[in-house]
Amino acid sequence: MRRLVVAIVCVGLAALAGCMEMEQSATPSKQGKYQGKPDADPWTSEPLAMGPKWKKDDRASWEEQIKKRQLGQHEDRRIYQ
Amino acid sequence: MARMKFLCDAERCIECNGCVTACKNENEVPWGVNRRRVVTVNDGVIGAEKSISVACMHCSDAPCMAVCPVDCFYRTGDGVVLHDKDLCIGCGYCFYACPFGAPQFPQAGAFGLRGKMDKCTFCAGGPETDRSDAEFKKYGRNRLAEGKLPACAEMCSTKALLGGDGDVVADIYRERVLRRGKGSEVWGWGTAYGPGKPGAQPPQGAKS
Repeated sequence: MRRLVVAIVCVGLAALAGCMEMEQSATPSKQGKYQGKPDADPWTSEPLAMGPKWKKDDRASWEEQIKKRQLGQHEDRRIYQ
Repeated sequence: MARMKFLCDAERCIECNGCVTACKNENEVPWGVNRRRVVTVNDGVIGAEKSISVACMHCSDAPCMAVCPVDCFYRTGDGVVLHDKDLCIGCGYCFYACPFGAPQFPQAGAFGLRGKMDKCTFCAGGPETDRSDAEFKKYGRNRLAEGKLPACAEMCSTKALLGGDGDVVADIYRERVLRRGKGSEVWGWGTAYGPGKPGAQPPQGAKS
C-alpha cells in the first residue's frame, strides 16, 4: 500500500514538472540585422573538376568567368560576328 | 563588382515554361511550390499577347527583408537575396510585401498549415556549407558556387530570360533592342535608361 502511495506521488510530481514554466530570456538582437547563420561567398568554393574554372578565393576571376559564361546568352553576338 | 539580376524580354518569351521546369528539376522543388512562373497578359489576343517569366527579382531594397519579423533575410556579396530557413517562422509577411509574389509556402500539414518560406535563390543555395547535401535539401542547388548561372536563364530556349551580372544583362538587352529597333517600350526601360535624347518623350504606349 505504501509503495502504491509513493508511486502515485512520484507520478504526480512528474506530471506537475511538465507544467513548470520554462526559463525565458530575451535574446539580445539588433533589429533589422540578419540573425541567421553566415553564408560563404561562391568564389570561396573550389571549382569542380569538370566545371568552369576560377582561382579559389579570387572574386575577380570568378566574376570574369561568370561574365564570359553570360555572353552565351547573347546569341546576336554569336550569330552576326 | 557583380550584382546579380534577372531580365525577361516580353518580345521573346513564348510561354514554353522551360524556365519553370528547369527550376523545379534543378532544385527539386516540392509539389505545390513554384519558385518561378510564366505570366501571360492579353491571352489569346492576336498581336497583344505578352508573356514574362517571374520569380524573385533579388531587389536592391528588398521589401521582404524590410518586413521580416525575425530578420532571416540577407544579401550576398553578389547581390542575391537569400534567407535562413532555420529562422523563418512561415508568417507570410514577405509574401504580402513582395510585388512579384515570389515567396512560396509549402503545405506543412492539414488545414493549409504553412511551412517555411521558399523562394528563388538565383541558384545560390543558402546559409549552409556550399554544395553540401544539407544546402541542397533546404535551398536547392548552388550553381553559382559551381561557376554557373541560374538554370532557368541558361535553359531558356529563346534567350528571353537573361540572368547574371546586371551590367552584362543590360548590355545584351540594349544591343538586342538596337538591332531589332523594338522593345524600348519594355517595362522599366525608361527608368533604367531614360527617354533617350534630353527632353525627348518615351515612345507611345510606353509602360516604363
